[in-house]
Amino acid sequence: MLEQSYYAKADEIIGVYGPTPASLIPIMQDIQAEYRYLPAELLTYVADKISVTKAKAYSVATFYENFSFEAKGKYVIKVCDGTACHVKKSMPVLAALYKKLGLSAQKHTTDDMMFTVETVSCLGACGLAPTMMVNEEVHPRMTPESAVALIDSLRGGAAE
Amino acid sequence: MIHLKINGIPVEVEKGTTVLAAAKKIGVKIPTLCYLEDLLPDGSCRICVVEMTANGRTWVDTACTAQCSEGMEVDTMSAKVIDSRRKTLDLLLSEHLINCFSCEANGDCKLQSLCVEYGLEKTSYSAPRKLKPIDDSNKFFTYDPNKCILCHRCVNTCNEIVGRGAIDTMNRGFTSVIGAPFDDNWLTSTCESCGNCVQACPTGALSMKRRKKYRTFQIEKKVLTTCPHCATGCQFYALVKDGKVMDTEAYNGPSNRGLLCVKGRSGSFDFAQSPDRLKYPLIKNKQTGEFERATWDEALDLVASKFMELKKKYGPDALAGFACSRSPNEDVYMVQKMVRTCFGTNNTDNCARVCHSASVSGLAMTLGSGAMTNPIEDITQKPDVIMLVGSNPEEAHPVVGMQIRQAVKRGCKLIVVDPRDIGLAKKADIHLKLKPGTNVAFANGMMHVIIEEGLQDDKFIAERTEGYEEIKEIVKKYTPEVVAEICHINADDLRAAARMYAKADKAPIIYCLGVTEHSTGTEGVMSMSNMALLVGKLGREGCGVNPLRGQNNVQGACDMGASPTDFPGYQKIAKPGVVEKFEEAWGVPLNRNVGTHATDVFPNAITGEIRGLYIYGEDPVVTDPDTTHIIKALKSLDFFVIQELFMTETAKYADVILPGCSYLEKEGTFTNTERRVQRVRKAIDPPGEARLDTDIIIDLMNRMGYPQKHMTSAQIMDEIATVTPSFGGISHARLDSDEVGGRGLQWPCPTKDHPGTYIMHVGKFARGLGWFYPAEYVPSAELPDEDYPIILMTGRILYHYTTRAMTGRTPELMEIEGKSFIEMNIVDADKLGIADGDRVRVSSRRGSIESTARVGTKTSPGESWMPFHFPDGNANWLTNAALDKYARIPEYKVCAVKIEKA
Repeated sequence: MLEQSYYAKADEIIGVYGPTPASLIPIMQDIQAEYRYLPAELLTYVADKISVTKAKAYSVATFYENFSFEAKGKYVIKVCDGTACHVKKSMPVLAALYKKLGLSAQKHTTDDMMFTVETVSCLGACGLAPTMMVNEEVHPRMTPESAVALIDSLRGGAAE
Repeated sequence: MIHLKINGIPVEVEKGTTVLAAAKKIGVKIPTLCYLEDLLPDGSCRICVVEMTANGRTWVDTACTAQCSEGMEVDTMSAKVIDSRRKTLDLLLSEHLINCFSCEANGDCKLQSLCVEYGLEKTSYSAPRKLKPIDDSNKFFTYDPNKCILCHRCVNTCNEIVGRGAIDTMNRGFTSVIGAPFDDNWLTSTCESCGNCVQACPTGALSMKRRKKYRTFQIEKKVLTTCPHCATGCQFYALVKDGKVMDTEAYNGPSNRGLLCVKGRSGSFDFAQSPDRLKYPLIKNKQTGEFERATWDEALDLVASKFMELKKKYGPDALAGFACSRSPNEDVYMVQKMVRTCFGTNNTDNCARVCHSASVSGLAMTLGSGAMTNPIEDITQKPDVIMLVGSNPEEAHPVVGMQIRQAVKRGCKLIVVDPRDIGLAKKADIHLKLKPGTNVAFANGMMHVIIEEGLQDDKFIAERTEGYEEIKEIVKKYTPEVVAEICHINADDLRAAARMYAKADKAPIIYCLGVTEHSTGTEGVMSMSNMALLVGKLGREGCGVNPLRGQNNVQGACDMGASPTDFPGYQKIAKPGVVEKFEEAWGVPLNRNVGTHATDVFPNAITGEIRGLYIYGEDPVVTDPDTTHIIKALKSLDFFVIQELFMTETAKYADVILPGCSYLEKEGTFTNTERRVQRVRKAIDPPGEARLDTDIIIDLMNRMGYPQKHMTSAQIMDEIATVTPSFGGISHARLDSDEVGGRGLQWPCPTKDHPGTYIMHVGKFARGLGWFYPAEYVPSAELPDEDYPIILMTGRILYHYTTRAMTGRTPELMEIEGKSFIEMNIVDADKLGIADGDRVRVSSRRGSIESTARVGTKTSPGESWMPFHFPDGNANWLTNAALDKYARIPEYKVCAVKIEKA
């Protein structure tokens, strides 16, 4: 059971878009923006409120890669593995991040909930390949070394 | 209109018609996989592609989505089309596990058939596939994602047609599967196991588990018949192999529109083929008290001679005989004929006495006919508002429930008046969660608001009704505030409901046992017709007063005169000329005294007024209120005979048991809740020496001295037609004819060329003028007090049917829901220290049982609810036999109990 504040927040977000089935995606986006993931209980709650079946809500949520039912770290790192980034050696960047953070293709988020590492198919910034995003910020022409340095500086920033 | 050519054939269609529909119109076949009739096209399978030329452009597109345009030329089998379909099939096969050899759908698979037609044996794509896990959790069917072509027919069926929305397409791309959300599987989800998704599946991805026991080509015959459960009257085929029903297949009947519920699809044949069936006549040895096998001659001779002996000694009115509301019209007709001609009494009845007798008598008094005024399709497809009172169709009449869910999806508003948070209450615009037993106050409050706000139909009232001034006076004092106090509802909600119902153009009242099963049940029913009369919502499409009858042929059992007051077709004994008419038809003098109601027969047995009882297919020990009292009555009888399929609780008290036939073993007709007479057809032979029920009755009649010539079921219906004006035009031959086309005939159907009556009371009420019954609210007979502080209601659940004599013999249904429970409010539970799942002792002034508590907010504080199906804690040890003054129906819906931790 989630804390009551989650349901209050969901009610607030539903209030913004209106309790109709068409509001499902924007509501899910706002919840995810708030909590960095979609708590399952909250999605069920929202579905009920906007007259969408639980199955439909789950169907939509699992269709889009962007929605996650798992809590994500403070920093969500998306390493691009589109064609351009791939040939420009994006995989070694990913490997360096995995090694640095103790993550893998199965384990995406650090235990301290600081970092989540994912791959995406294309960020639409092929001229800057290999790229990655940290939350909303794009980082161009990455190397394994610069990726590790970035982690250190983010950790440092967090410590401040 | 738009003109186009399909394969060179000219066709004219309306604007907006799809190419697929246009092709169907002229008999050109286009293959489909994902297409579902009546729904917006999914357009996902791409198999229905055709080549179209219009405005100088040629292209290939899906026929299910493409709309016809003027001058269009369509080629459904061009080289391009065939190439495209082959590629589509190739892609589908690349993701489809080919194990046809062991697949249940082999020979009955649309994908397989199309591949054969287009010459594909295997996919040309060689990428390795990873097998996905199979969901085998559902009790009746299995989902194998490896055979799934993601056509979404199951999802669209569940969402749009069944209206449940338990499943959907999960994930994306290659990982897509059909399933339940989150960690649920098919069993733990909201799935109702109706299996309509399985019937929609074009491959073997969704497959009934029982399909493993037969191959499609082994089915020797498909027998179209009528479902034996609730009175929706769903049509299905019984699939027969080696003299056994192996499966069912939904048929697109007028009331079920291709749907079935879990009971109809999966619970309607195991019982008939159960080893528990009675196979020989049994006579109880007086010394040992044990039943002993007898020959038919011994049993029938004993029964006939005993009844005649009792008749001689105590007079004809010391005998009584009940007919069965689950048996065909023809059987019921013969039972009441036997009671009237041989026993010489009108002491005949059927179990409608304990469910909808209040509807029969109430609506007969106010409108002139005691049945649903409008058909199911009319009250679910046409209305703007549906007012559902004391009815939980999602569980008790599931296929009607599905159609109400469709209506809500379509935008129809819903008012639910029910003491519990039933499933449909969630979908309702207004839910009046009223206190049980306060329906009359609710209706009077509705009328108060309607009159106060001038929303009544004055023209209709003036032209077609009587008694308005009196009811207007009565409802004056039922202000929303007064009613809110009595009913425990919000006054403004009542106002809103009254406005919504009155202002709607088309709005039916649909009600059920929540209205009838009260000591004021008949007045509750008449209050329903009062509301409809007030706003002129009768005799019109999408309106009416509509009782949902509970058993397959309970409407018919009433129609056929298994009633102490009426001959067949509601011809009243008290009405001059009626008895004489039947004396002439049946050739013997008949008793002119009105008979005893079934619910009065039991007390009269204890006092010795009733000495001999014949019961055809009822189990009052389980079904009637105050079980202790019923058992005492049965023990008091001098002679008790039962004609049955099983050794029921009641049968144990019989002197003679005569084994009859199930609905699968005989010809006949059932009349569903919308007055539709539909055929029941023989699919299999009865077990052992069990005999046709009509033959048993006819043999008994002859032994009791009435010269009854042998008749087939069809011949009996012909006799019914001659003595029953409303059935005058009905015969088996006509029901089987192309003219009727499998849609049955709705009575009144007075003549052979009459098409049947779709909507009743159009232009004129059967009674002449509609009568406003001056009903005052009277509290229930037994109200909660200090000793017994909680109200108990009883009712039906989705997975079972009354005594479970039938559904209890389908093991999977018992696995889903097999034990007694009591729903109670969390406030009461907290006070009593009871947690969800605790064993509890429930006691009333009449008895005490144990059950399991389901704690929540489904019922209001001070109220509780139990299903009446289960022998471990049968609610009828508790219920109160307080009877309604008109219909003698017992107050199952309100008795006072106390609940303690066991």
